[in-house]
Amino acid sequence: MREQIKKFYLGLVVLFMYAPIAVLIAQSFNASRYRGQWTGFTFQWYTALIENEDIMNAFLNTLSIGVLSAAVATMLALVTALGMRRMGSQGRIFFRGLANVPLLNADIVTGISLMLLFLGFGLRLGYDTILMAHVVINLPYAMLCILPQVLLMDRVCYEAALDLGATPAQAFYRVILPELKPGIMAAFLLSFAMSADDFIVTYFTKGAGIETLTTEIYAELKLGIHPEMYALSTLFFGAVVVLVSLLLFNYRVIRRYRKAEKRGADE
Amino acid sequence: MKMYYRSWLVLLLFVGSLFFTGCDMFAEEQEEGDNLLYVYSWGDYLSPKVLEQFEEETGIHVVLDEYDTNESMYPRIAEGAENYDVLCPSDYMIQKLIEHDLLQPLDFTKLPNAQKYIGEDFFRQSEAFDKGHKYNVPYCWGTVGIMYNTRMVKEPVDSWSILWDPKYKGEILMQDSARDAFMIPLRMLGYSMNTKNPQELEEARNLLIQQKPLVQSYGVDDIRDKLSSGEAALGVIFSGEAINLMKANPDLRFCPAPKEGTNLWIDSWVIPKNARHVENAHKFIDFICRPDIAAKNFEALGYSTPNVSVREQEEDDEEMEGYLDIAFPPAEVYHGQETYSYLGEVFDKLYTRLWLQVKVE
Amino acid sequence: MSNSKSLQRFFAVPFGLWSALFIVLPLFFVLWHGFTDGNGAFTLENLTTVLQWEYLKALGLSVELALVSTIICLVLAYPLCLILQGLRKAKGIMIFLLFLLPLWMNSLLTTMAWQTILEKNGILNEILRFCGLPDMALINTPAAIIIGMVYNFLPYMALPLYVSISRIDHSIIEAAWDLGANRWQTFRHVMVPLSMPGIVSGCTMVFIPALTTFVISALLGGNKILLIGNIIEQEFTAAYDWQLGSALSMVLMVFIILNILLEAFTENTDSRKKVKA
Repeated sequence: MREQIKKFYLGLVVLFMYAPIAVLIAQSFNASRYRGQWTGFTFQWYTALIENEDIMNAFLNTLSIGVLSAAVATMLALVTALGMRRMGSQGRIFFRGLANVPLLNADIVTGISLMLLFLGFGLRLGYDTILMAHVVINLPYAMLCILPQVLLMDRVCYEAALDLGATPAQAFYRVILPELKPGIMAAFLLSFAMSADDFIVTYFTKGAGIETLTTEIYAELKLGIHPEMYALSTLFFGAVVVLVSLLLFNYRVIRRYRKAEKRGADE
Repeated sequence: MKMYYRSWLVLLLFVGSLFFTGCDMFAEEQEEGDNLLYVYSWGDYLSPKVLEQFEEETGIHVVLDEYDTNESMYPRIAEGAENYDVLCPSDYMIQKLIEHDLLQPLDFTKLPNAQKYIGEDFFRQSEAFDKGHKYNVPYCWGTVGIMYNTRMVKEPVDSWSILWDPKYKGEILMQDSARDAFMIPLRMLGYSMNTKNPQELEEARNLLIQQKPLVQSYGVDDIRDKLSSGEAALGVIFSGEAINLMKANPDLRFCPAPKEGTNLWIDSWVIPKNARHVENAHKFIDFICRPDIAAKNFEALGYSTPNVSVREQEEDDEEMEGYLDIAFPPAEVYHGQETYSYLGEVFDKLYTRLWLQVKVE
Repeated sequence: MSNSKSLQRFFAVPFGLWSALFIVLPLFFVLWHGFTDGNGAFTLENLTTVLQWEYLKALGLSVELALVSTIICLVLAYPLCLILQGLRKAKGIMIFLLFLLPLWMNSLLTTMAWQTILEKNGILNEILRFCGLPDMALINTPAAIIIGMVYNFLPYMALPLYVSISRIDHSIIEAAWDLGANRWQTFRHVMVPLSMPGIVSGCTMVFIPALTTFVISALLGGNKILLIGNIIEQEFTAAYDWQLGSALSMVLMVFIILNILLEAFTENTDSRKKVKA
């Protein structure tokens, strides 16, 4: 009985989380242009998607801003974390607090303050200002992923490498980086996700003639969303699902393999 | 271990190449500088086909940006952070832009089509906000009226007061902008829609607060969606949207001018002072006034046009049958109607605050 | 060696400069606009305007809705994390990922989808009519906004909560059982205190975005319900009063600082507890 209640509860939450997604996927196959009217099944929005320049441009902007800002934020976080390793605890607390400000701050305040900064310096709002703003909002997430790993990193291996005649650069590339790889990957992915889904900060720091997916959607919300947008998000969501299941599958295979190996070694 | 070098190299190259293509994009933009045109206009206010044709004929690349209210357009121009070349604001906003010295006078010698085809009436009407009409070329005009669904509204609609009828609770869509919202109660009370009398404004505010429980939502462009899908029975919309809506949903009817009086609006092309492609902007405005182009735009949008050549072109069009009176309203619809004028910063703020008081209620 | 060590500390310099320029300075711009009038002269007028009832009313409503959705998120997420923690670890993580996946769908689109579900002739009401039940008038009410907030921010509650609950050593719970504590007592005196860091950081991660959103309220509230985020957005766009908008943002910053202090405080007592242990 207790088990069934638990399952029922999990099911309810899953239903809650996936109901709107099901609606969006259904809409991507809806022949009607208007929301809330079902007039038949169609694939036409998927083919129209490729020809919709606005959406494709916005998609490419989202991708390139996401990759660039995530890469910059990750590198900056890595370098900073290495620097913070050598600090006293007060310095660490101060820097960590500083890095967390955009995370704890409201997006609307971050976005507006950056807009005021850019305009105050006479910059033209556009691609570059969005990019800078995204590095700002990505940085705390990148730090969150990288800093604990750097602080916990074992110095023995690094020093052993130095003792064995490696230059600091060699030791960095061959010892430190491999050890930090999971953190770096996580930082990059999380930053990318944050950048791609951000609306509010982008809205305030974007200029004329440039849209990312989120601002394009916001503009379309008022005029009625082009169904191609549903098609794009369905494709994107599908890709994420496939990717995550591949990762999970991969992880399980590796684990099983390791277990088998271990057993073999034990025998 | 070499693997790591390689994967980092690949990542660096990837990022680098993205960065450089980014730089290339900017370089191109600058090189092409002369063949660009930044247009800032209302959402869905230009036929994409017309834009395409303009690009083909002139080789000028159009960058189109859209806004949903006059008010959200203004700061972007006033800040000067972005250089648009051509805008399409409404009457009172044009006056505000002129008063803040943000527009440049047009060179009418470069606009032969505008001189020839834009009706004299409309230039005269535009005197209200642009003395001597030095700055604007009218593009669309119309009134603000009530669209209603005959399945749910059985009575004839000729007065704003139906929007205060408790029978239609939850079925009413109102405009979400201070000026358009206050225009209706002000006219119902018999006051000017350009009033600067705080007492009159407060009375109007109280009427709006009284109406609020009946309102389904305040919206801008989303009103169209909700009316055509039957989500609401009554909505306040601009006359230009009526034809497309009636084509989409045959149950809909339109009352272009409730008897208490309504707003007659004009949207015009203007060129901001900091425009960087002034020559192209003139070419664009004149292109829009060309009879064949004006007709194409009209067919795509459905908004009444001040271009006198269009009615003749449309008269034999079967698709327009039954809609001609809405597209080209008889004089009694618009004669004597008021147009918004700019009231100055103090009253701008007062309207905004009173509207806020309605919305938080 | 010691030379390179002290050198390494300078690795943090670029970040220091970066945050001075892009984190600290922008906030001073907000303060500057909040304390000046249009011509750049010092004034307190913006702040006194903020204290007028229409702004306070919107702020009060925002705090109320944000609090309600934070509590709902907590009440929904806690049993969820408990159930998942009781499963085998791999399975628990798998199901947890299932809850995080919707984050990858654009949040504006999912909020829009809620409009399609909740509106007058929407999916929910169609289902109710099909079952012969009366309609629910949810759209354009505070309830719809709360549903949107809970949907959007539930994962931010679940994530820290799951982490801190799964960290709890199972032997402690068993010890409590052995000492004769019942389910409720174990929960109240063992689970809740031990998961407190997760609860606090989950609550702050839900409360702040819920307090400041303007998209959810615009889409699901039909612009009839004005939250503080909507007013700020309008001051910066439609009303073009950056001074007032900045003053309102400063009010939000007060809440944010309170939040940071709260989190720092629990972190502090938490680490002190650990030291004691």
